[in-house]
Amino acid sequence: MGLDIRIPVGALFSLLGLLLAGYGLYGGAALAQRSLGINIDLGWGVVMTLFGATMLLLAWRARVRRR
Amino acid sequence: MHPKAIDWIIMGTYFAVVLGIGAALKRSMRTSTDFFLSGRAMPAWIAGLAFISANLGAQEVIGMAASGAKYGMATSQFYWVGAIPAMVFLGVFMMPFYYGSRARSVPEYLKLRFDEKTRGLNAITFAVMTVFSSGISLYALALLLRLLLGWDFNTSVSLSALIVLVYIFLGGLTSAIYNEVLQFFLIVFGFAPLVLIGLKDVGGWQGLVAGLHTVARARGFAPDAWLSTWGVMGSPHENPMGIDWFSMAMGLGFVLSFGYWCTDFLVVQRALSAESMDAARRTPLIAAIPKMLFPFLVILPGMIAIAATVHGGASGLTLPRQADGHLNYNMVVPLMLGRYFPNGMLGLGLTALMASFMTGMAGNVTAFNTVWTYDIYQAYLRREASDAHYLTVGRVATVVGIALSVAAAYVTNRFNNIMDLLQLLFAFVNAPLFATFLLGMFWKRASGHGAFAGLLAGTAAAAVHHGLTLPAGAAPGIKGGWIAVMHLYPSPMAQNFWTAIYAFGACFLVTVGVSLATRPRPERDLVGLVYSLTPRQPTGATRWYRRPAVLGACVLGAAVVLNLLFW
Repeated sequence: MGLDIRIPVGALFSLLGLLLAGYGLYGGAALAQRSLGINIDLGWGVVMTLFGATMLLLAWRARVRRR
Repeated sequence: MHPKAIDWIIMGTYFAVVLGIGAALKRSMRTSTDFFLSGRAMPAWIAGLAFISANLGAQEVIGMAASGAKYGMATSQFYWVGAIPAMVFLGVFMMPFYYGSRARSVPEYLKLRFDEKTRGLNAITFAVMTVFSSGISLYALALLLRLLLGWDFNTSVSLSALIVLVYIFLGGLTSAIYNEVLQFFLIVFGFAPLVLIGLKDVGGWQGLVAGLHTVARARGFAPDAWLSTWGVMGSPHENPMGIDWFSMAMGLGFVLSFGYWCTDFLVVQRALSAESMDAARRTPLIAAIPKMLFPFLVILPGMIAIAATVHGGASGLTLPRQADGHLNYNMVVPLMLGRYFPNGMLGLGLTALMASFMTGMAGNVTAFNTVWTYDIYQAYLRREASDAHYLTVGRVATVVGIALSVAAAYVTNRFNNIMDLLQLLFAFVNAPLFATFLLGMFWKRASGHGAFAGLLAGTAAAAVHHGLTLPAGAAPGIKGGWIAVMHLYPSPMAQNFWTAIYAFGACFLVTVGVSLATRPRPERDLVGLVYSLTPRQPTGATRWYRRPAVLGACVLGAAVVLNLLFW
């Protein structure tokens, strides 16, 4: 198909996850006020980064196996 | 809502990836099959995620949240009674004929099974419908962007149309499918925190239950009315939808859902892109698994919002009222995004909403360019041409389809009623379709004349039924009763379900009657198109969970469990 979909999905979510987590880390408590005391940017950013990394890992593994 | 730099960066990143996908796929679009059917090379899981995403436009997301607030848990019947059984039926029983006949579109299947006129009727109504649905998506997106970001109508319409145009023009169906997969994950990641924070706001699940009891009592229903499904469907007066169990099971569960999920080319096209017969059959079955969990993502926010509004929550979230004093249910999602999400997450939530509007539009455009090229252009305008020619026609059709959607968006902006009228007409045209496919696939005697007459009769029956009935409290006109008011339904939804039941019934009976009076097609022409004349192909799958029948049974079993849990 020319392009493994897991690469753009993984890239997008790792990138967005890092952006969010970084922003949450820097913004801290001020941000958390809105979301009822949870620093959702940081927490969810980490979750998204892990998801993105998993997708990239799967794509990489599939590529190695095809060789 | 005050987006900051971080939110714009998140939105920008998404758009860059979307356009990047289109550019990366450009080189692999060599033939018309690549462009229209992704070269029939999609793995089942990708086709499956695209299958549900194509339908998950933002009208769906915003509409389901609104219904969750208005009707509560019973809204989940659109998933657990409606979509899931139909998707299983499509995968297990119907896909062998769609995929096996090598038809490139749903209208083309009708041509192979019945005749040219049945195909023509279906192709033309479908093409018109997709253009307008795509226009409505675009219009709704523009409204949302104005509300949330203060963009004006022209800017939002042209920017979104341009992005969709570029990625379909370059990458065809593959590009649309890839973006649908991205959108699927964006919706999940963008909405799950909304539910989590919302639940915290109303005091967890216990708090939500208490809140919804208050909502139900305040409106004169039994305390559980916002939390049950079948339990409050004994009579139309026990639930806010005004629906009884029979019209629910028959109207929504059977006629409307099967009619949509099993015959609409917008979703079926995703399965036709699969790499093999087995993958095509697994596509709707894999799609059904996340689909049945979606009520927790898209309906629950509405239930949270109404509980917070009526019963009160920690943050003081309250739904706004419209000019006429009724709660504005369509604001559930924008309101919760603005209230609960800090900058950063706000960007993600907005991106998810925009993505879902754009894929809703892209899905219609890819279905349109395929049906236009194969079923109208190739069938009636230029029969024998090179494949390269049809590929070019497909690209031009993409541009034209988007231009027409933009026009439709402007028409909707000027005359809101035109859209209501059109959607009504589409409902009349669509309601009988499933009877035609059911008889076509499972009754070898059904003839082309029968199918054509049945479709017309079904559409007429839908129109007449609508003209003779009215939902309680509505004025005769576009809501019904434009011939005479013979029957009052408790709600528009009840009227809608019964319109579908009558349309299906009329189409079924007339197709059978006319088929018996006309000559059937010779049996040798129907091999591969009709159940009883097609040899069973053993599935190539070796593991049990990859066999369509087993997977289908598991999915249905899980749907039954959900029905029981939220009875």
